[in-house]
Amino acid sequence: MSTQNEPVDNAADGDLGGAKGLSRTPSGHAPELPAVGETLIEVRDIGKSYGSVIALRDVTTSVRAGEVTCVLGDNGAGKSTFIKILAGAHEHSTGEFVVDGVSRHMSSPRAALALGIATVYQDLAVVPLMPVWRNFFLGSELTKGVPPLRRLDVGAMKATTKAELEAMGIDLRDVDQPIGTLSGGERQCVAIARAVYFGARVLILDEPTAALGVRQSGVVLKYIARARDRGLGVVFITHNPHHAYPVGDRFMLLRRGRSMGDFPKGEMTLDELVAMMAGGAELEALSHELARSMGEDSDVAKQMAAEVRHP
Amino acid sequence: MSTSTAAPAGEQEPAADERLAGSHRSARILRRPEVGAAVAALAIFTFFAVTTDAFVTPSGASTWILTSSTVGIMAVAVALLMIGGEFDLSAGAMWGTTGLTTGILMSEYQMNVWVAVLFSLAVAVVIGVINGVLVMRTGLPSFIVTLGTFFVLQGVNLAVTKIIINQVSVTGLQDVDGYTAGQQLFGSFVKLDIGGSILTIYAVTFWWLLVTAVATWVLLRTRVGNWIFAVGGAQVSARQVGVPVFATKVGLFVTTSVAGWLVGMLALFKTTTVQSTTGVGQEFIFIICAVVGGCLLTGGYGSAVGAALGALIFGMVGQGIVYEGWDSDWLYAFLGVMLLGAVLVNNWVKSRAEAVR
Repeated sequence: MSTQNEPVDNAADGDLGGAKGLSRTPSGHAPELPAVGETLIEVRDIGKSYGSVIALRDVTTSVRAGEVTCVLGDNGAGKSTFIKILAGAHEHSTGEFVVDGVSRHMSSPRAALALGIATVYQDLAVVPLMPVWRNFFLGSELTKGVPPLRRLDVGAMKATTKAELEAMGIDLRDVDQPIGTLSGGERQCVAIARAVYFGARVLILDEPTAALGVRQSGVVLKYIARARDRGLGVVFITHNPHHAYPVGDRFMLLRRGRSMGDFPKGEMTLDELVAMMAGGAELEALSHELARSMGEDSDVAKQMAAEVRHP
Repeated sequence: MSTSTAAPAGEQEPAADERLAGSHRSARILRRPEVGAAVAALAIFTFFAVTTDAFVTPSGASTWILTSSTVGIMAVAVALLMIGGEFDLSAGAMWGTTGLTTGILMSEYQMNVWVAVLFSLAVAVVIGVINGVLVMRTGLPSFIVTLGTFFVLQGVNLAVTKIIINQVSVTGLQDVDGYTAGQQLFGSFVKLDIGGSILTIYAVTFWWLLVTAVATWVLLRTRVGNWIFAVGGAQVSARQVGVPVFATKVGLFVTTSVAGWLVGMLALFKTTTVQSTTGVGQEFIFIICAVVGGCLLTGGYGSAVGAALGALIFGMVGQGIVYEGWDSDWLYAFLGVMLLGAVLVNNWVKSRAEAVR
């Protein structure tokens, strides 16, 4: 993580001691979670170009405390560019990126972390063979005693891990088991709980359900809702409208690097969302195709046809 | 890992107990990486104790305890490095390099014994840093980088020694001023008379136990230990969560170098002589001991106690074969079989550990 050149953000400088650049409070909860509905992040007409390639333009949306903002788009729609801007990995080229009412240009993930914006990437940054509690505190271990006898506070770390996971509704058999033995969904949830414990106010989840089966996806969606109910602002990146709709409060659709709009849940039904994702005409063509190859009566074809009829 | 219960009593629901039934204390002990080595060591000890007369006699045991201790110090250090995901093939030659440095400084340049000892320690640290920085900066496999260092050290040990003292070994150190002081720390021994037979325990054995204990504590109970497992298990993930990967790995290379120095000093002050070829050829023995002790070749898993047990197996088999009256070359065949067996067992353990329960 680079720590150099933070043009606007000096808040990060004072807090480089912690491994993730985050202040950790004894209770483990973020210092001050704002009231539900308060805007944490606002992006206005934000864009990013790499040389002459425009990866993203004119994207507007907001992230509010206690709400889930879903970013939907197919592969190559610009989702990852958008995450990287939010996470501080890339600076935006145009538009405004406002955090807590202050316009920012973030040049490093550490700067974003210092503002309480934590990203859980698909690879989750866990070490499979290490126990759950060691993974939870990796890089920010709790210690007791004085050097040279400073040692891990194993009891406190295990208890905290268990308590934090329980607060997220994850009931683990044993925090001593290697994290590799957890299911994909559970691992995702440990990563989320870790980010929350280390002070995240805004949680960016990069395709958390992409590699999971139906049941595991449901588990992750439950924990997303749980994080939301704890007052965090959640950015949920996905290509699956069926996963986004149940937990989302706001939907921002990306296609080919452009925003197709930013809709509160009240203005959007699931069918509309699905139709917009697929693009009406393309969906209809696909529906006919399926009907031909699989037969008019097949479930998939029927469902597709229904979705085309009721956009 | 501790078997104490982390959860406060109030949180113990019946359901949790039921699900934990399969992983109680015995199961948790069986999950430790050193279990295989412990069982093997016990079996081998029993075998030689029953089939030979000399093996368990105090004087007979003195021999294999000495061998195990010398190899054991290195095996434990190499195990830490392997858990951190790297190899060090120069560890054996380091043993000769530091011994020669100290010996020549004392005999040829009349340097104070402690200054000479500290000087060779500095040499070891520098070589460790070079190994570590080369591996981390170039991104080359440490196997290749330290193979290079190994050949350099092997050549330098011979060539420089010949240039300075016109022979390939340093001898007659007992006549040098201050040698006895060094001998107190590194070369002394205790003799225990057990029923007329003498059990000789050299300083190296106490150092071995100390090194194993400290390494185990560091691995399991300190932040650095957490980082060692992490950099070996998933380097990218470790970096993402803020583990100082570079410092951890360089520190591990320095640790193996310093262990080589320690063994070099222990050998020098025990025997009063040091050959230019000392330690050469031993580097794979250390790795075998670590693997037999449960270290994964791919890193991220293993234990210091296991490596110490691996060294104990090596020492016991080496001497046991002699007491049996077999050709001592069988030791190498045995080591090969042991290594293959251990790798297979370790991989099975790993795949079990990573599987969803």
